Amino acid sequence: MQFKAMILDNAEVSPGYWRMRMTAPPEMLEAQPGQFVMVRVNPSIDPLIRRPFGVFDVGTLLPSYTGAVPQPYLEILYRVVGKGTGMLATLHNTDLLDLLGPLGTGFDPGPVGEEKLIVGGGVGLAPLYLLAKELVKHSPVRLFAGGRTKDDVLCITEFERLGVECYSATEDGSLGECGFVTKVLEHRLDYTSNQGRIFACGPHGMLQAVAAIGKKRNVPTQVSLEGYMACGMGACLGCVCQGGGHSQETPDYRCVCTEGPVFEATELKWEGN
Amino acid sequence: MQPALSVEIGSLKLRNPVMTASGTFGYGEEFKEYVDLEKIGAFVTKGLSLKPRAGNPTPRIVETPGGMLNAIGLQNVGIDAFIQKKVPFLRTVNTPAIANFFGYTPDEYAELAARLDAIPEVAALEVNISCPNVKQGGIVFGTDPACAASVVAACRAATSKTLIVKLSPNVTDIVEMAQACEGAGADALSVINTLTGMAIDLERRRPVLANVTGGLSGPAIKPIALRMVWQVARAVKVPVIGIGGIMSAIDALEFILAGATAVQVGTASFVNPGAAQEIAEGMEQWLAARGIADITSLIGALEG
Repeated sequence: MQFKAMILDNAEVSPGYWRMRMTAPPEMLEAQPGQFVMVRVNPSIDPLIRRPFGVFDVGTLLPSYTGAVPQPYLEILYRVVGKGTGMLATLHNTDLLDLLGPLGTGFDPGPVGEEKLIVGGGVGLAPLYLLAKELVKHSPVRLFAGGRTKDDVLCITEFERLGVECYSATEDGSLGECGFVTKVLEHRLDYTSNQGRIFACGPHGMLQAVAAIGKKRNVPTQVSLEGYMACGMGACLGCVCQGGGHSQETPDYRCVCTEGPVFEATELKWEGN
Repeated sequence: MQPALSVEIGSLKLRNPVMTASGTFGYGEEFKEYVDLEKIGAFVTKGLSLKPRAGNPTPRIVETPGGMLNAIGLQNVGIDAFIQKKVPFLRTVNTPAIANFFGYTPDEYAELAARLDAIPEVAALEVNISCPNVKQGGIVFGTDPACAASVVAACRAATSKTLIVKLSPNVTDIVEMAQACEGAGADALSVINTLTGMAIDLERRRPVLANVTGGLSGPAIKPIALRMVWQVARAVKVPVIGIGGIMSAIDALEFILAGATAVQVGTASFVNPGAAQEIAEGMEQWLAARGIADITSLIGALEG
């Protein structure tokens, strides 16, 4: 679906990280956790290509003034990394954006009741909030949030408000455990007999480590990938990743945009596997 | 007054001059939610080879000012899967589907041309002799007039359908290439494919693309494409299909004025999946507003 959204709020939530709320058509409320939108930052040719962002949250605003109608909204969480996101951060309330979405294949929540372990690194938390919101309805949920410093661990309070038990780790020790978040995840897996299911999004190194943990301990693991993409609908073939059977002789490329961005970790090829 | 928009490319009749460019529109089906395929002139499918092709490692694309570089490496399902999985959709659309294809030898090109010739749903063939991203691929055919002529002649002998040849801009003299292809039996020429380019990640001191170089497309290349279309259209008798950075109806009409009979919309479909249809509608409005009865009166009508 292609739609015009009006920005309702655009605020820096941590140095370099922004959270944007915008209007959305009612269909966006059906977005599955893990799906994404392609945002055209402005109508000019620079930047030219849309930018993909995981859906952080969707909901409906019920304005308190008389005569107002409920307004569905969409939120994205983004880090300013280049020209496109830099321009996004300069936009204000009532500015308009052109969006495509919801796109892609989201998370499979798995059976109810089992422990859900969510692992996010930095801005990788973006698609995990909507997931947590869904999962807490039926299952105990734990979040493992990692980052370089405390500034890279985002929106923990929001997860806590959902009733998610949160653990954090930073590489410099400025928040939570000192080190990688995967260490904290392993502690939890050591401790519990109910191994549940892992959902992860973050830097490639973190995903690789999480995939290895899931494999070693036989815990079903889903990962949400990023990819450079131009279209978001399976046409440009820019964003492909390697499937488990990939080799030079038997190529197995998967489109991150349509077959993903969420994959079962065992479906993919990881270096060193 | 409704202006007449239809044009002819070889034996192919298009309801309007707007087509989608190979590699930017999948196999058509991917865009059906965003484009009424029966409102555009034709669509060109992703380049096909005899065997499936894996394509290049990632990163495969990067944005550059006013454009993008791609080095997909002609990843495609191969002709067998095309026939099995993609052709059934083509049957459901009342718009010509043009199959783009490439080979590694003139024999392979001819074999593909013959197999595509046998598919009733394929309205015309576009030969890619110009992909910049495949080392042993079409590029040698696309830069040497004699080689290009041999490939085109081989395809010509294998098909009676409209045969379009897509030219590379990465040559010293595109007119010489165009004339060689025309002489070997091409019914039309697509001008241009992407320009070879490169992007560098300064901090990592590495090329951004895994393939190091890639093909530049988008508005950044439009002035070059316009110049080449103008040069080629003056030098050949067959119709020219203008390609390169077309984002709007105005862009498309500039190509028509430069001598193109039709245009292809490429990168614009990534930015705005409905671009091809919007451009076709915009052209019609532009003509209507100026009382121009027939688009063909604008082809090559550049003055001065």
